[in-house]
Amino acid sequence: MTASVFFGCTFIAFGPAIALFLFTIAREPLRVIFLIAGAFFWLVSLLLSSLVWFISVQISNKDSEAQQKGLLIFGVVLSVLLQETFRFAYYKLLKKANEGLLALSQEETMPISIRQLAYVSGLGFGFMSGAFSVVNILADSVGPGTVGIHGDSQHYFLSSAFMTMAIILLHMFWGVVFFDACEKQRWWAVAAVVISHLVVSCLTFQNPEYVASLVPTYVILFLMGVWAFYSAGGSLRNLKLCLTCKDKDFLLANHRPR
Amino acid sequence: MDLLSNKWIINLLVCCFYLGKWFSSGAGCRHTLTCVRCNSVEKKIYVHLNYKIPCVRLLNATHQIGCQSSLSGNVGVLHVLESEENLDWVLRSGPNPPYMVILEYRLFTRSIMMKLKNGSGRVAGVAVVAPNTNPAAGFSPHNTCPNENTGVYTEKYDPTMAHCNVTVWNPLGNGLSYEEFDFPIFSLKDDNETQVIRQCYYDHNHVVNGSAPQYPLCAMQLYSHMSAVTDTATCMRRNDINFSLNPDMVCDPLGDFNVWASTRPINNTAKGHKNGESVVIAAARLDSRSFFFDIAPGAESGVSGFVTLLAAAHALRNVTQEAHLNRTILYTFFQGETFDYIGSSRMVYDMEKNQFAVDLDNVHSVLEIGQVGLRPNSTLWFHSDPVSRRNNSVNEEVCVENSRKLEIKTIFSATGLNVSVEEPGFSQPLPPSSFQRFLRARPIPGVVIEDHKSAFTNRFYESMYDNGEYLNISYPPNMTPEEQLEHITDTARVSKVSKAGPPLSTFYFFLSVTQMLYSFLVQSNNSWIQQLMTSDYANHLTDRPANLYVGVAVQQSEPTYLVQHLLANLTGSTVNATQDNCKNQRMDPDDKDSKHLYYYFWVQGAAPPNSTERQGFCVRSTVRLSKALSPAFDLHQYTSTDYSTWTESRWKPITGRIFLVASHDLEMLTLGVGIGILLTSLLLTYFFSSKAEILFSSGREPATATY
Repeated sequence: MTASVFFGCTFIAFGPAIALFLFTIAREPLRVIFLIAGAFFWLVSLLLSSLVWFISVQISNKDSEAQQKGLLIFGVVLSVLLQETFRFAYYKLLKKANEGLLALSQEETMPISIRQLAYVSGLGFGFMSGAFSVVNILADSVGPGTVGIHGDSQHYFLSSAFMTMAIILLHMFWGVVFFDACEKQRWWAVAAVVISHLVVSCLTFQNPEYVASLVPTYVILFLMGVWAFYSAGGSLRNLKLCLTCKDKDFLLANHRPR
Repeated sequence: MDLLSNKWIINLLVCCFYLGKWFSSGAGCRHTLTCVRCNSVEKKIYVHLNYKIPCVRLLNATHQIGCQSSLSGNVGVLHVLESEENLDWVLRSGPNPPYMVILEYRLFTRSIMMKLKNGSGRVAGVAVVAPNTNPAAGFSPHNTCPNENTGVYTEKYDPTMAHCNVTVWNPLGNGLSYEEFDFPIFSLKDDNETQVIRQCYYDHNHVVNGSAPQYPLCAMQLYSHMSAVTDTATCMRRNDINFSLNPDMVCDPLGDFNVWASTRPINNTAKGHKNGESVVIAAARLDSRSFFFDIAPGAESGVSGFVTLLAAAHALRNVTQEAHLNRTILYTFFQGETFDYIGSSRMVYDMEKNQFAVDLDNVHSVLEIGQVGLRPNSTLWFHSDPVSRRNNSVNEEVCVENSRKLEIKTIFSATGLNVSVEEPGFSQPLPPSSFQRFLRARPIPGVVIEDHKSAFTNRFYESMYDNGEYLNISYPPNMTPEEQLEHITDTARVSKVSKAGPPLSTFYFFLSVTQMLYSFLVQSNNSWIQQLMTSDYANHLTDRPANLYVGVAVQQSEPTYLVQHLLANLTGSTVNATQDNCKNQRMDPDDKDSKHLYYYFWVQGAAPPNSTERQGFCVRSTVRLSKALSPAFDLHQYTSTDYSTWTESRWKPITGRIFLVASHDLEMLTLGVGIGILLTSLLLTYFFSSKAEILFSSGREPATATY
C-alpha cells in the first residue's frame, strides 16, 4: 500500500511544476530547450559545489561533530552562492544567445522575450534541484517501512514533498525576479534573491522541526511569488480583470497577431 | 586504476545526491552528522538484523521441508508472544494481520508452531529468540524414529522391528524439523538486537487491556526465498533446464566427504578386493543438524562419538605401529548420516561396486561409536543386531567383542572413572547407526557403543542445545582462550574411552581430548589446531562452535577438514620431506609409489618462541577422503527408497529488518493531498496561462513581454 505514499509525494512535489510545464512550456520547442539548458546550468553548479564538499570532507576531522556541522553550513552557503552565480552566468549567456537569435530570425522582434526566458530558466533550475532533493527520499518511500523507528516524525515524507514543491516554485520566482533585476540593473533586488535563497536553505537546518522550516519557507514563497508577479508585468488590476472575466474588450483592444 | 576511477565516480554521484538533498530541501540534516556517506533516509527507516539464522528448505523424494518467504520478503506487524493463550490475538482477534510472531524458545513447541502454521494467512513469519543457556526440559525437533526408512529394519528384514516398533529411540522428538512452513522462521540471539525489537514492540504495538494499538506500528520483514519446490525429482529436473548462458541452479544434493584412515597402509589407487586383508571398521558419524540452518553443534550426537574415535586412534597409534596386528583397523568418519545415511550408504555402495580401497569381503566386523557423552556414573551399552546374530558365526564374533567389556571396565577404573559396561537385551534392534547400512548389504558382525540402553539419554537430539554446555564443557570465568584450550574439563575426562591398551600418558591423552572438544564445541580457531592445519585451511577456521550440518556436496564443510587434519596428525608420523616434495605427495623426487599408500600434508607447525615465522613440517598418514554423496544422484534415481535423496534448495540473500509501518489512513491522506495538489495546479495553470496576456500586460510594458 505504500505505493500510495510514493505517488502522493510525487504529485505534491512535482504537481505544480508538471502543470506549468504542460500548459506553458511543452508546446513551444524553444522554451523546452531553454528549460533543459537551465536545468543543466543548475547541475553544473551542483557538480562544482559537490567537488568542493567532497574535498573538504576528506580534509576535515570526521570525529569532530562541531567541525562537521560547520562544514555543512559552509557547504550550504557555498552551494547557494554557486547556484546564484550560475543563474547570473545563464542570464549573460541568454542575452548573448538572444542577440544571435534575433539576427537569425526573419521577424523583427525576438522569438522569446527576456521575461519568458527568466520564467523558463527558473523553472529549469527548480525542476533539477527538486529532482535532486527528493528522488532518493521517494525511492525509500516505496519500501514497506516509514520513518520513525529512531523516534523521528512520521510526517517526514510529506514534509519533504512540500518542501520540494516550495523549492521548485521558489526557483521559478527567483529566476523571474533575478532576471528582471539584472535587466533593470537593480542590484539590491539581486541581493534580495541571494539572501532569500540563503535563508530558505538555512531554514532546513531547523529539521526535524518541520513546522519551523516549512512555515517560514511558505511565507517567503508567497512574498517572492507576489514580487515575481509584479516584476513579470502583473498588477492587481489585471488580476481583477482576469478573475472577473471582464477581459473580452481588453483582449480585443490589445489583440495582436503573433 | 579502472576500479579506482569507478569508485571516485560513484562517490561523486553519491555526493551530488546528498548535496542536492541537503541544500535544497534540507531533509535529513540532523542525520548527516552521524552518517556522512550512507543512505541516511534508509537508516531513518530500517534497522537491519545482524544475527539471524534462517530455517531453509530441504527436499527429498516425496516432500519439501523447512521454511520460505515470498520473493519480496514477508512483512508483518510484530507481536511478542508471551504465552500460548496469547496466540488468540495473532490467530483471531488482532486487528492488524498478518503478524510477525516473536517467540521465546520455551514457546517453540509443536503445538504452537502447528497452530501458527495453520493460521490461515494471519502469520507472516516467526522469529525465535534462543536463550543463552540451555533449557531444563528436553527438546528435540527431530523425528522420534530417526532415519526410519533407510536403516536395516524394514518390513522385509524383520517386520517386528520395523518403524521403531520395539524401541522409540528419540521419544522427545516432535518432528518440527520435518514440517513444511510457508512462512520464514528465523532464530535470533538473546542480545541487544532482540532487545531493540522488544523495545520497538513495547513502544508501539503493546496491547493494553485488549484495545488495538495505535499506528504507527512496529513491523518486521524477513527474506528467505527458496528457489526449489515440490521434491528432489522436480528440482533436479529444473537444474538441467538451461535457457540462459549461466544457468540458475535450483537445488544441490546434500553431501560432503567421508574421512577414513587405516592402521596399515592400503593401496588406494587399486580399488576393489585386497587379498589377505581383513579390516575392522571403527566408525563414527560426523554430522548433526538442528531446526535452523547454521547451528548444528551436535555435541553429544556427533562430537562425543568422533572425538572418542579420534582419541582411540591416537592412543592406538603406537600399539599398531609396534605390534603386528593380524587385522587392519579402518577408522571411518561418515558424513551426512543424519540425512538417511548419506556417507555410509555411499561407502557400502562403493565397496559393492569395487570403487573403494577394500570391498565388503575384506570387512571382518564393524565397531561403531555412537553417542557417548557420558556423565559420571553412567553406563556404556554395546548394541548389536539380533537378526544377524541368529547366524552362528556372526553371533560368535559379537560375543568375542562383547567379552572385552571386562577389559574396558578395568581401563576405566584405572583412570579413576566409574563407568560400567553393559549389553542391552538380546531382542532389541540397533539404534540408528551407520552400521545398519552395512547390515543392509550383508550380515557382518558388529557392535554399536552408546551411552543409552533403549531410548536416547540425549535430551536435545539434533537440536541447537546439543552443545558444549550440555556436555558440561565449562571453564572457570576469566580464562583466556589459550588457558581454556589447556584446561581439562570433566567431559574430556569421561569422554576418553579407548577400547584397548592401557593409558600410556594419561595427562597427554586428556590434553588432546580436551583440545579436540574445545576445537569443535567452543572455537576451532585456536593455536593448537592452527599448528596442525595446512595453511590453506587455517584461514577458514572460525571463532565459534563448529557447524555440523552436512551442507551441499559442492563444498567441504568445516568438521570434515578438521577431522581430516586431526586424524592425520594423531595417527600419522612426521617425515623428513621438503615442502615441495610433501605437497607433491612423495618423499623425494624418485618416490613414485608412496602416493598410492600415503597422503602427505604440509602442516603449518608452531612458531618458535622468538620468531613469528611458523616452522612447517610434513605429516605422512593414511588419511583419505571419499565422496559422501548419495548414490541416488549418481544413478539419477531421485525417487529412490534405498538411498538418501535429500537436496537443499538455493536461496536469495537472507536478510531481516524492522521498521515502522504507517496507518492506511495516513497513506491515503498523502495520496489524496498529492492528487488534490496536482489537479488544482493543473486547473489553475490552465486558467492563468489562457489569460496570461491580460495578466502580465501593463501599460508600462511593451506588448512583446506577454506570455
